[in-house]
Amino acid sequence: MAAAKPKPIARLFAGHAGPVAVLGLALVALWYAGAVWLNADLQIDAFARAGTDWNFTDLVAGTWAQERPLLPAPHQVLAELWRTTVETGIASKRSLVFHGWVTLSSTLLGFAAGALLGILLAVGIVHVRVLEKSLMPWIIASQTIPILAVAPMVIVVLGAIGLKGLVPKSVISTYLCFFPVAIGMVKGLRAPDLLQLDLMRTYSASARQTFFYLRWPTSLPFLFAGLKVAISISLVGAIIAELPTGAQAGLGARLLAGSYYGQTIQIWSALVAAALMAALLVALMGAIERQVARLMGARS
Amino acid sequence: MAAKVVDIAGLSLTFETKDGPVYALSNVDLTIRRGEFVSFIGPSGCGKTTLLRVIADLEKSTGGSIAVNGLSPEEARLQRAYGYVFQAPALYPWRNIERNVTLPLEIMGMPKAERQARAKKYLELVNLGGFERKFPWQLSGGMQQRASIARALSFEPDLLLMDEPFGALDEIVRDHLNEQLLRLWDKTEKTVVFVTHSIPEAVFLSSKIVVMSPRPGRIIDVIETDFPRGRGLDIRETPEFLKIAHRVREGLRAGHAYED
Amino acid sequence: MSGLRHALLFLGIAGLGAIAMLDAHTGGEAGAGYALSLLALSLLGWRGLALLANARLGDARRQRLADLAVPVLFGLWIVFLWQAVTVGFGVPQVLLPPPSMILARILGSADILLADFRQTFLQAVLAGYVLGCGSGFIVALIADRVPFLQRGLLPLGNLASALPIVGVAPIMVMWFGFDWPSKAAVVVIMTFFPMLVNTVAGLAAAGRQERELLGTYAASWGQSLLALRLPAAMPFIFNALKINSTLALIGAIVAEFFGTPIVGMGFRISTEVGRMNLDMVWAEIVLAAVAGSLFYGLVALAERRVTFWHPSLRQR
Repeated sequence: MAAAKPKPIARLFAGHAGPVAVLGLALVALWYAGAVWLNADLQIDAFARAGTDWNFTDLVAGTWAQERPLLPAPHQVLAELWRTTVETGIASKRSLVFHGWVTLSSTLLGFAAGALLGILLAVGIVHVRVLEKSLMPWIIASQTIPILAVAPMVIVVLGAIGLKGLVPKSVISTYLCFFPVAIGMVKGLRAPDLLQLDLMRTYSASARQTFFYLRWPTSLPFLFAGLKVAISISLVGAIIAELPTGAQAGLGARLLAGSYYGQTIQIWSALVAAALMAALLVALMGAIERQVARLMGARS
Repeated sequence: MAAKVVDIAGLSLTFETKDGPVYALSNVDLTIRRGEFVSFIGPSGCGKTTLLRVIADLEKSTGGSIAVNGLSPEEARLQRAYGYVFQAPALYPWRNIERNVTLPLEIMGMPKAERQARAKKYLELVNLGGFERKFPWQLSGGMQQRASIARALSFEPDLLLMDEPFGALDEIVRDHLNEQLLRLWDKTEKTVVFVTHSIPEAVFLSSKIVVMSPRPGRIIDVIETDFPRGRGLDIRETPEFLKIAHRVREGLRAGHAYED
Repeated sequence: MSGLRHALLFLGIAGLGAIAMLDAHTGGEAGAGYALSLLALSLLGWRGLALLANARLGDARRQRLADLAVPVLFGLWIVFLWQAVTVGFGVPQVLLPPPSMILARILGSADILLADFRQTFLQAVLAGYVLGCGSGFIVALIADRVPFLQRGLLPLGNLASALPIVGVAPIMVMWFGFDWPSKAAVVVIMTFFPMLVNTVAGLAAAGRQERELLGTYAASWGQSLLALRLPAAMPFIFNALKINSTLALIGAIVAEFFGTPIVGMGFRISTEVGRMNLDMVWAEIVLAAVAGSLFYGLVALAERRVTFWHPSLRQR
């Protein structure tokens, strides 16, 4: 309002960057404290068995360096990430890059197929009345059903008819993806208001022209909102789809294998890798969205 | 002479923006006395709404002095000294009309029976008796704005601040509400401060017209009128009315003269 | 009106034909004739549906009935095709069991399904949902009082909503054991962030004039929260409750893939898939679908009652 110009530090904290950084650091601190808290019992047992004397510093250092801690410390997870990405050849079964790529490829394939399916379905629903009336209620209703629960069955059934590897996993991602895209796109294609549609009528524009000049451009923000949800849910689908295959490859397989053998550090590093991948994918969609908006002449 | 309700001297308000300071109000002097109907008129950007918001403590001045009932605007607000009517009705869609009108009374902790009596009284005053159970979205724009006036009156403040309350309504409804508002003012003897950009509205309603001009926002003329309190819309045809309207228009034009 | 009469005629013939075909005994080796009959019936049914969907009925109640009939008939048709194809062509049950078999399994194994429902839904889902939504709401209120916290939490919450949170399931199993509390913990984490983000957005949703109005009454933070900001936030809060109703069920079922006692919907799905008992798997899926839809429907019903004033729900 009428205040004087804020000082640089105050300005930093008035935006999002400062508070996010402070909260992030607080989370890391909490994580370290939590590691001490959760791993202390194990560590005390270990000291007792070894018969060594220990003080508080030893305890803290010990809880941050266990091989199978209940909660690994952040630096242990980072070290594991470094070891399995940079120091391991990417062709190796132990490389997180290898597993990440397996998950990423089925995520992207499923996403592409799902987005295309969603868009086509939305176009059909907006233009063909019987499609709208018969399909739309089921599409909405199916959103309330825990689709992910079907994943293991889809994998097994598709496996029984000879489909293995990338395709069945992508099928699950496709299935998950097409809902948000179709729903958002139907909303978007209907977004032009009556006035704009009437204008097209005064030009006696065909349905095709109305689609390409009006409906499609108006729907793009809705499409991207759907795509952003879809890409993150596609990743979740790919990870879950890797569970029933007997944990062969992929981030989901790493999670499962880690939980079988109590390799907590491995679980956490797979989890962090999945989170990073999700954040990057969503950021990428956001960047594409901004680029498209800029090409369409929106003000930044 | 009647007591001073609003007393402003050398008031200024400057917004700091990226492109340098904006002088929303500059060196404003104004006195509003009990029972007056004062209109602020001027083109957009002249600071008329800002001045009203400073009186209501919705905006803080950056220079000069202002007193409302002899107190600072904040103290006056905490004493609930005024009722405020916005450009939009700002009714809460989840409350029916009665509960919208009783909203300030609930906040001020009035017992229920009294609240309902007040709502009934003021809804009838604005000709909305019988609409208590309706929800805002079930009424027309003019009725909604009348409900918001009833809400402002419900806790019986002596001072009514109105920010272009009829700006969004069509002219026929606006004329009708102008007459009703004038009758209300006559009956209740409240002090009214009214922001508008319509010359006929300002001249018809006011006992004092404050003509304002933009960049910097300032007062360039104050016109007192003495039409009879019980006047009807027909006075708009009289020579005195047209003379005052002409003076307002001249003032607005002078404010613009050295602009373009 | 003749459109409606034709629609009903077509649908009637298609329905009779469908019943006749369900009665046909092909021994699982139906030929081209069977396939062609199915195709013909489907085309007839689709034409009938199209006529019904496009029919303009004068009466509002009959129109609503017709609007309801179209998706219901469509759904019934899908089930019929499923049954006719799987039985008629003898599709192996390990691929796709016919609906009649799934129904028989649901009726035959009601006790198992009930036990799984109790374990997964009544314990893990409900407990996790209440705790997750409740804590998300409370943290949002705290963040609303402390703007610093709000500015920091909002981007983090938005980020977290995009992350594959189900992945924490193995960790929760390790921390809270095999039984339902570990699944509830997964549900808590999954439902927390959508509630947080939506409530914060909702509390900021009240209009400026509406808020200033309370300023002119010198209302306190609590008063303006109760009178304006919480009601204005309700559509957002219900949005989160609806999203979370689905997430909660997914979280609980998927978490069971990482280890459970020998009961629960996720456990049943993963073990019966291994044994190729697909009718049991489908029975669990039907159960999950019905439970998920009912849960969602209840939340949506509550939403209609609470936010009746919202433009999307208004009835003049």
